[in-house]
Amino acid sequence: MSERIPVLKTEHLGITFGGLRAVSDFNIEIYEGELIGLIGPNGAGKTTVFNLLTGVYQPTEGSVYLCGEKLNGRKIHQFVDAGIARTFQNIRLFSQMTVAENVKVAFSKDIKYGMLSSIFRSPAYWKTEREIEEKAMNLLSIFKLEGKAGYLASALPYGEQRKLEIARALATNMKVLLLDEPAAGMNPTETAELLECINIIRERFGVAILLIEHDMSLVMNICERIQVINFGQTIARGLPEEIASNPEVIEAYLGK
Amino acid sequence: MKKQNYLSGYVINFIACAALIVFSAVAGTLGFSVKLSTIIWQCCYFIILACSLNLVLGFLGQLSLGHCGFMAIGAYASALISLAFQRAGFYTEKSGPQFMLVLIICVIAAGLLAALVGLIVGIPALRLKGDYLAIITLGFGMIIVNVINNLPFCGMDGLSQGSASSALYQTGLGFILNQLTDYLWLPVTLMVLCVAAMFLFIRSKYGRAIRAIRDNEIAASASGLNVSYYKVLTFVFGAFFAGIAGAIFACCNSSLTTGSFSFTSSSILNSTFIVVMVVVGGMGSLTGSAVAAVGMFMLNYTIKNGKWVESLPEFLQMVFSYPMLVYSIALIIVIIFRPKGIFGTYEFSLRRFFVSIPKLPQMIKNRAAAKKEKAEVAENE
Ligand SMILES: Nc1ncnc2c1ncn2[C@@H]1O[C@H](COP(=O)(O)OP(=O)(O)OP(=O)(O)O)[C@@H](O)[C@H]1O
Ligand SMILES: [Mg+2]
Repeated sequence: MSERIPVLKTEHLGITFGGLRAVSDFNIEIYEGELIGLIGPNGAGKTTVFNLLTGVYQPTEGSVYLCGEKLNGRKIHQFVDAGIARTFQNIRLFSQMTVAENVKVAFSKDIKYGMLSSIFRSPAYWKTEREIEEKAMNLLSIFKLEGKAGYLASALPYGEQRKLEIARALATNMKVLLLDEPAAGMNPTETAELLECINIIRERFGVAILLIEHDMSLVMNICERIQVINFGQTIARGLPEEIASNPEVIEAYLGK
Repeated sequence: MKKQNYLSGYVINFIACAALIVFSAVAGTLGFSVKLSTIIWQCCYFIILACSLNLVLGFLGQLSLGHCGFMAIGAYASALISLAFQRAGFYTEKSGPQFMLVLIICVIAAGLLAALVGLIVGIPALRLKGDYLAIITLGFGMIIVNVINNLPFCGMDGLSQGSASSALYQTGLGFILNQLTDYLWLPVTLMVLCVAAMFLFIRSKYGRAIRAIRDNEIAASASGLNVSYYKVLTFVFGAFFAGIAGAIFACCNSSLTTGSFSFTSSSILNSTFIVVMVVVGGMGSLTGSAVAAVGMFMLNYTIKNGKWVESLPEFLQMVFSYPMLVYSIALIIVIIFRPKGIFGTYEFSLRRFFVSIPKLPQMIKNRAAAKKEKAEVAENE
């Protein structure tokens, strides 16, 4: 039996902004199909970790590996090519485009037809466009958004915008999905729906998920393992029960 | 079913374009005056210019203030290349198959050269955003004029007989008088082809990608788009068409002066003015750009040549003797009442138009009913 290699792995990942060490010595290993929670108080550096994992920031120390391949120094879109997709804490949709188009954009990297094909509307163009139309609708149907495919993204209610962001991330055909506070601002019903969606995603796509979330009951409920950071440093990692009773974690959240 | 819609749309558009081209080809026999023909020539290059700038400004969301620079490159390139052919004795008269060949070569070369310069300028410039990009493209527009002024083969009699000067008196293309009417199919065909190509471009993965970049650059790259590639591509694509517009310009002027493309040019052929056309027409609507281009050109033309200005009251005539003042007021009015431009992001579709004709009475009725209802609700409150 060969050793399993983690889908996503970091080694001593860190970044300094001026004098501020926003993240330091961050180590994580995520295996296929796992769902890991990343938690920590406000300003702990969670979003910064995501930015390091997706190439938005270049780390000042350490490295990121995807399936054993080192990703340092690549551009954001190359991280996506490699197989890391994400959503954003503050929703970033293509607001002047339709819901379906938002998803189709994320298929672009897999669309093979070129400039001439699109100007002369070659058969390849039609074939590809039909395929991605179908794929986009399939994805949207997971989130029950297929009925709103023609709406402008900005016209969706907040909860659905968050879902659309996840759908768009899924369209990149990734190996690891990073969700930055997907339930933020959602009411309990919406959160429950979101949970359902996450389960469907895991079943259908078998992807590894790294989840940032402030809703503790949600995190404790669905995450297999949890990593806690505070002031950019990992203070605990382990099973949900262990985390819930860890004195250092309780202190970080509640103070002494 | 959906594809059928597309197909019928293409067929209708194709027929309409073909009809337009045929119509322009027989303009001579229809008795078009030289004056009218000149106006159509000018409208054609303005339409191409405005639409191609809209790709960069409206769809990609990057402010470029040097669009006329690319047009200048296209104009000079086509004028000089044709002159070279003429001097080499490849053609003597502006007709016949040999001249046609030269014409085609010139138009394509004009586009390609402008695109090449667009590539060279775009790669470094598009790393910048917003105001910085605006300033650097503004600088480009000024620099290109100076470069052309100082190239020894771009002035006076051109090529080996030329010298550095701001005017080129010899071109191999420059149609005059009746030729303008006889060759009216040329700008119309080019305009139709260019606009069609741009339209098909924005209705493909490229259009989706650049609109995504406009809406949110970080999300676009996090969705796997190579943002700098698409930016440069669109910039180069836009420059290509500006170059072709330049070739048309070279065809309808018997001599070229760099002043016509410079930033300080007081005519409406001025990079800022093209920006205004795009903004007025609607950033993100090729229909809007085309309509605004023709509209503003005609406004400018009639203010300068029209009889209607004379019939205005004295003080309005005073205002109209400063056309730039009129445009600024017009621009302010449009921006106040239609902040997204006249057309917003709406695109006119011939197919939709034909489909809706039979439904028109019903639509009007519905609208009237809705209005009545609204009024009643207001009354009740
Ligand atoms: N580009 C940047 N330049 C300077 N400082 C930054 C930058 N990005 C993040 N920081 C700092 O890094 C720290 C961590 O921020 P981060 O956004 O990662 O926190 P977070 O854990 O996601 O918090 P929240 O729960 O509020 O989302 C903060 O102190 C923040 O000010
Ligand atoms: Mg955060």
